[in-house]
Amino acid sequence: MSLLELKNVSKIYGNLKALDNVSLNVDTGEWVAIMGPSGSGKSTMMNIIGCMDKSSLGEVLLDDVDISKISSKKLTEIRRDKIGLIFQQFHLVNYLTAVENVMLAQYYHSMPDEKEAMEALERVGLADRAKHLPSQLSGGEQQRVCIARALINHPEIILADEPTGNLDEANENIVIDLFRQLHNEGTTLIVVTHDPEVAEVAQRTIVLDHGKLVKEVINENFNQQNQASEKSAKTVKTDEEKSADKKSESGKKTKKKK
Amino acid sequence: MKKQNMFFRMITASLLRRRSRMLVALLAIMVGATILSGLVTIYYDVPRQMGEQFRNYGANMIFLPAGDNDGISSSDSDRALADIDKNNIVGVAPYRYETVLINERPVIAAATDFSGAKATSPYWYVTGAWPSESGQVLVGEDIAELYGVAQGDEMTVSFVPANTSEVSAEKNADENTKENEKSMKFTVTGILDTGGSDENYIFISLQDMQALTGESAAYDMVELSISATQDKLESYADKIGKDVSAVSPRLVKRVTQSETTVLSKLQSLVLIVTVVVLLLTMICVATTMTAVVTERRKEIGLRKALGASNKSITGEFMGEGMMLGGIGGILGSVLGYFFAELVSMNVFNSSITFQPLLIPVTLVVSVAVTAAACLLPVRSATDVDPALVLKGE
Repeated sequence: MSLLELKNVSKIYGNLKALDNVSLNVDTGEWVAIMGPSGSGKSTMMNIIGCMDKSSLGEVLLDDVDISKISSKKLTEIRRDKIGLIFQQFHLVNYLTAVENVMLAQYYHSMPDEKEAMEALERVGLADRAKHLPSQLSGGEQQRVCIARALINHPEIILADEPTGNLDEANENIVIDLFRQLHNEGTTLIVVTHDPEVAEVAQRTIVLDHGKLVKEVINENFNQQNQASEKSAKTVKTDEEKSADKKSESGKKTKKKK
Repeated sequence: MKKQNMFFRMITASLLRRRSRMLVALLAIMVGATILSGLVTIYYDVPRQMGEQFRNYGANMIFLPAGDNDGISSSDSDRALADIDKNNIVGVAPYRYETVLINERPVIAAATDFSGAKATSPYWYVTGAWPSESGQVLVGEDIAELYGVAQGDEMTVSFVPANTSEVSAEKNADENTKENEKSMKFTVTGILDTGGSDENYIFISLQDMQALTGESAAYDMVELSISATQDKLESYADKIGKDVSAVSPRLVKRVTQSETTVLSKLQSLVLIVTVVVLLLTMICVATTMTAVVTERRKEIGLRKALGASNKSITGEFMGEGMMLGGIGGILGSVLGYFFAELVSMNVFNSSITFQPLLIPVTLVVSVAVTAAACLLPVRSATDVDPALVLKGE
C-alpha cells in the first residue's frame, strides 16, 4: 500500500529546476535511499516530502492527502503528527539535555513524558547520557539523540538527510542498525545519502541528477542481508557501541589535552 | 509531565544555560528598571524634599483678624492651629505691633515669639544674637543706623497710650505725655538685616511688650510656615475659615505660587526624563532581543521542523522575555531605591522616603516593556522558514 506518492513533481526557483517532473511511490514500511551528487535535488525532495516546502508543480500525496496544496499551518500539523526528521548536523537545542531534546518533540506533538523519552534514549543506547548537554556528547551520540527524538512520537515515516555524513564508521554502523530495527518494526524510512554503503542496505535506491530521477535500483538481497545483520546484531552492535564510545571518549580526552 | 512544566523547564534552561547571552539582556532591563524606579521615587518625593527647601523663603500662610476684630486672641490662634497637621508645621510666629518712642521719636515695635520667628523667617540675618531673655531687643538695621546703636548698647523704649498721645499732640503735650508714659530699658543683642521693611522695626518679646504697655492685647497677625502643597494649604485655610470665625487665614501667594510653579516644572522634568529612559530601555531591550532571535534562527527553524506552531514559538520567546523582565524588574526596583537615595542625598541632602508600591509597579512595567520590546523580534522569529534554516542558509 502506497504511503507516499509523488506525481510529476517539479520545484522551480526562477530559471532553475531543482526538481524536474519527478514521480515516485513509497510503500508503507519500505526503506528507500535517495542518492545523487550535490545539487541533484535530494534536499529539495526531502523538504517537500517532509512538509517543509511545497512543490511548484505536480502532486504529493502523503497518506492520501495532497500536501502540495494545503496551508502552512496544516503542513506543520502533518509534519508534527506523521514525520520524524533526522539531520546531518543533528540540530539539537544546545541548552537542553539529551532527554529534554527528546521531550521537545513530545511537547509539540502531544504531552511530554520523561519516562518514555528515557526509554527512547535507552533504545539508542544513551540512557546513561540522558542528562548531558549536546556539547558534552560525541557526534555519534548526538545523532543517536536525534534518532530517539525522531522516533519518540511513533511517526509513520522517518526522513533522514545524510544521517551518517558527520559520523565515523563505527557510529555509522550503529545508526544503520537502528534504521534496520525501525524498518523491521514497520516504520517507513527515506534516507538521503551520498554514501553508497548506506544506500546499499536499503530496500530500494533511487538516484537523482539535475533534479531528475535517473535510476532506480532494487536491492534483491535485502531480506538475506537483513536476516544476517539481525543475527549478528546483538554481538556486533555491542562491539561497535563500545568501539564508538571509546573513540568519542578518546576524542574528548585529546580535545581536553589541547 | 504537564505542558506548562515543560514550558517553564525550557525557558528556565534557556536563561540559566545561556547565561552570558541572557546577562546582556538582563543588564539592559535592570538598568532601565533601576533608573525608572529611582526617578519615579524622586518624582513622588520631590514635593516633600522641595517643600523643606522652600520653607527657607518664609511664611506661606498668615492669620489676620476676621471682620471688625482688632486682633486674634491666643485661644483663637490655638484653635486655628489645631486644624493643621502638626507634622507639617515648620514654625508659628505671632506678632503684635505698637508705636513706641525712642529718644522722643516714634518707632514701631514688633513683639513676637523669637523661636517661632526664627523658624518662619530663616532668611533673617542677625549680626549678634537673637534675644533670649526679658529686657533684650533686636534692632532693625535702619533703626540702628538712625540711632547709632550697636550690639551690647542700651536703649530706653517708652510707650504712651494711644488716646493720651492724641490728646498730647493737640493740647498740652508735655504734661500728658510724661504723666502716662511708661519706659523700659533694653539691651541690644543683635542688628537685623532682612532686606525689607522689617529693618525699620525693633523686635521685643511678647512678655516685654505686655510689661511695657501694661495690657495683654491680642495678636495683630500670626505668621505660619507650613510644609504642604498649595492645594493642601488651601484646604487648611478653608477649614480654619469655617471652624474659627475670628481668624481670617490667607495664603502668601508670592511664596505658594512660586513653590507650585517650581515643583510642577521639576516634576515635569523628572517625568520627561522617566519617559525618555523608558523608551531607551525599550529600544535597548528590543535590540538585544533581536540579536537573541537572530542568533537562534536555527533553533527556531528546528522547533518549527519538529511541529511547533507560530503561537508556540511566540509563547516561548515572550515567556523568556517576560521572565527576564520580571527578574530585571525586581533587581531594578531594589537598585532604584539606592539610586534615588544617592540622588536625594547629593541634591537635597536628605534621605528618600521608601515607596513600597513602587516594587510591584516597577515589576509590572518592566515585564510590560520587555514584552512590548520582544514583540517585533518574536514576530520575525515566526517568519523563519525551517527548510532554509536547516540547510544552513
